[in-house]
Amino acid sequence: MCGIAGFIKTDHSISEPCNSISPGGQDRQLLEEMIWPLRHRGPDGFGFYLDQVCGLAHARLSIIDLEGGWQPIFNEDNTIAVVFNGEIFNYIELKQELIREGHIFRTESDTEVIVHLYESCGKDFPKKLNGQFAIALYDSKKKSLLLIRDRLGIRPLFYTVHKDRLYFASEIKGIFNGNPAIEREFDPDALRQIFTFWTPAGEATPFKGIKQLKPGHLMEVTPSSEPSVHRQRPFWSVPFLKGHEYTPVTEKEAASQLRELLIDAVRLRLRSDVPVGAYLSGGLDSSVITSIIHHFTDTPLETFSITFSDRVYDESKEQQELVRYLDTRHHTVRCDYKTISDVFPDVLWHTEYPLVRTAPAPLYLLSKLVNRHDYKVVLTGEGSDEILGGYDIFKEAKIRRFIAKNPNSAWRPLLLKRLYPYLALSPAKSAHFAKKFFDTEADTADPFYSHRPRWKTTAGILAFTNPELFGSTEDPERLLETQLQQELKGLDPFCQAQHLEISLLLSNYLLSSQGDRMAMAHSVEGRFPFLDHRIVEFAGTLPVGFKMKVLDEKYLLKAAFSDILPEEIVKRKKQPYMAPDILSFFSDGPADYLEFHLSKEQIEKANIFRWKAVETLFNKCKRKKRQGFRENMAFVAILSTQIIFHKFISDFQFQRPKELENTKIVKGGGNV
Amino acid sequence: MSDIKIKIREFIIENFLFGEGGEELKDDDSFLDKGVIDSTGVLELVEWIEDNYQFKIEDDELIPENLDSINNLAAFIAKKTSK
Repeated sequence: MCGIAGFIKTDHSISEPCNSISPGGQDRQLLEEMIWPLRHRGPDGFGFYLDQVCGLAHARLSIIDLEGGWQPIFNEDNTIAVVFNGEIFNYIELKQELIREGHIFRTESDTEVIVHLYESCGKDFPKKLNGQFAIALYDSKKKSLLLIRDRLGIRPLFYTVHKDRLYFASEIKGIFNGNPAIEREFDPDALRQIFTFWTPAGEATPFKGIKQLKPGHLMEVTPSSEPSVHRQRPFWSVPFLKGHEYTPVTEKEAASQLRELLIDAVRLRLRSDVPVGAYLSGGLDSSVITSIIHHFTDTPLETFSITFSDRVYDESKEQQELVRYLDTRHHTVRCDYKTISDVFPDVLWHTEYPLVRTAPAPLYLLSKLVNRHDYKVVLTGEGSDEILGGYDIFKEAKIRRFIAKNPNSAWRPLLLKRLYPYLALSPAKSAHFAKKFFDTEADTADPFYSHRPRWKTTAGILAFTNPELFGSTEDPERLLETQLQQELKGLDPFCQAQHLEISLLLSNYLLSSQGDRMAMAHSVEGRFPFLDHRIVEFAGTLPVGFKMKVLDEKYLLKAAFSDILPEEIVKRKKQPYMAPDILSFFSDGPADYLEFHLSKEQIEKANIFRWKAVETLFNKCKRKKRQGFRENMAFVAILSTQIIFHKFISDFQFQRPKELENTKIVKGGGNV
Repeated sequence: MSDIKIKIREFIIENFLFGEGGEELKDDDSFLDKGVIDSTGVLELVEWIEDNYQFKIEDDELIPENLDSINNLAAFIAKKTSK
């Protein structure tokens, strides 16, 4: 796990003398400045490559081949260089194949298979990788740079084109830090998408001109290619079969296949030269993962959990039950309101995206705990809800469709009441209103049916925004219709909802703001067995009834693993992971930084929100800490946007690298 | 305009419209259709009525006919407080 950064020249005139390449030279310095703010991702050392066309930088977190795995890594004749962030879990098998083909390996690292696999398969090579990766591979003979991101977007990769160069980095701050000339400003379209979907859609990021390489995509950049047409293409897409394409399989067979696949996915993810721990939430998914480690591997179990002082969010009881059952060495970090508000500004330095919830903050504290116990790698349960059908929104859509079939039924709306019993202020308390909020009269043939009510609720944030700025932005839902209509067409409604969760929220929010960024903030690598692409592909072939049987979520997962789990965990009603929002900032009086970020001056300087509306909301929060959905989301959205404005736009602190010479610098390409 | 309506309007503007746009809200506009309140807003509204008018709203009274516009609310509160 690591951070990567670099650039490639995109103009035709690349024959300029390379006077800037020597130490202290301009491009060498640029690379150091780009990688320096990413050193939390790779605190163990740096490596560089530089020639007349391309520069690569790497910050390393040593996990596999601690001695030999320094990057960049080259092929046999040093014409192909790679820097990479992530893990290739099937590297042992791939290496054996490549050695049989005659490739010569110099290291024991997983990185080295990338260059040889590229030599062997060309640009199709990512299809052979089982892993989580953001790769920058430079072929110096062709003068071509390939940027590649894993299938589900576990590892991040951002890029921008400025003047005659394309710059890329694992985090946006790397691009900004190396390039003061690049304008740092919000993209109102992307903000409107965040204030609707919780995340920007497609390639967008909150910042104008900065894009993310989409999950499962490969982009090729050569000096001769026009900046506007960098060739991007998918090497994988979310695989859902249409109803008639399902292979007939019994529940028992499917459960046994899932069991076999998941055990193998866990085994692969325990490959590491440093100890591997696991997160334990108290829910089904992390319980399945830890239980597999306990029952099917020799790995000693060290587990890590968040507990909350507010019982609404706390799952200690379930966590402890599992700790006893599996006899793990367990560590916890207690999260109260104040700890969330204390770390919130730092959390945003890492997410780089405005948030509508504080939920990433406890995960920031959790990775700190893991780091403190000298662990670098943890297995977690992310992805299970998306691919095996666990979310309430899937249930909600099912109930809404059920009501729509007989709108006059008096008892059908009562099912909505069963949906959100864990919420203090439940929208479903009144069935009459619930029917309206869950828009049970909407068109059930709409491929976006499942998610429209959630988007409508979130878009309540827009009431606080400056209409002049947002007036000319595109309606996010229309935009998404254009982007996804084709992919959703013909799928079962349940799979449409899953597809939306996977393509919108999974990569752009859960695996990033709540995943990679929070773990890497403390140099911890998350690994996600449920997101092994073989399992995602397998789940795509399952009849929907195996995922949610009537209203029983993740039915097949329970069937596959109930024999190695405590009964209470299997039977337990699903509790979504959440953290207190407004409460966190006002429990001991307003947090000290609120007055600054929500001041008239700052609000007007950023020009995203209307001062009067912000002031009214701020006062409302001071009066009363328990608030509704809209207020909670709006407050977190406004505060996080303002803090990001301050940290990344108005007062970006350029960091000058220091003491790089004290860390290990691997010379690459003969030029650095 | 009755006192109840003025008080309701003030509460709606301050709490759900965040101090702005009140002039566009008519007395018979549906809060739900106009997006004035979201799902949890209903409960906030109920809490406010119970706190300010000293009566308890039963679950079966949680219906749009009682709560979904300034007019409906005013009529509902008047009926309950006149008993």
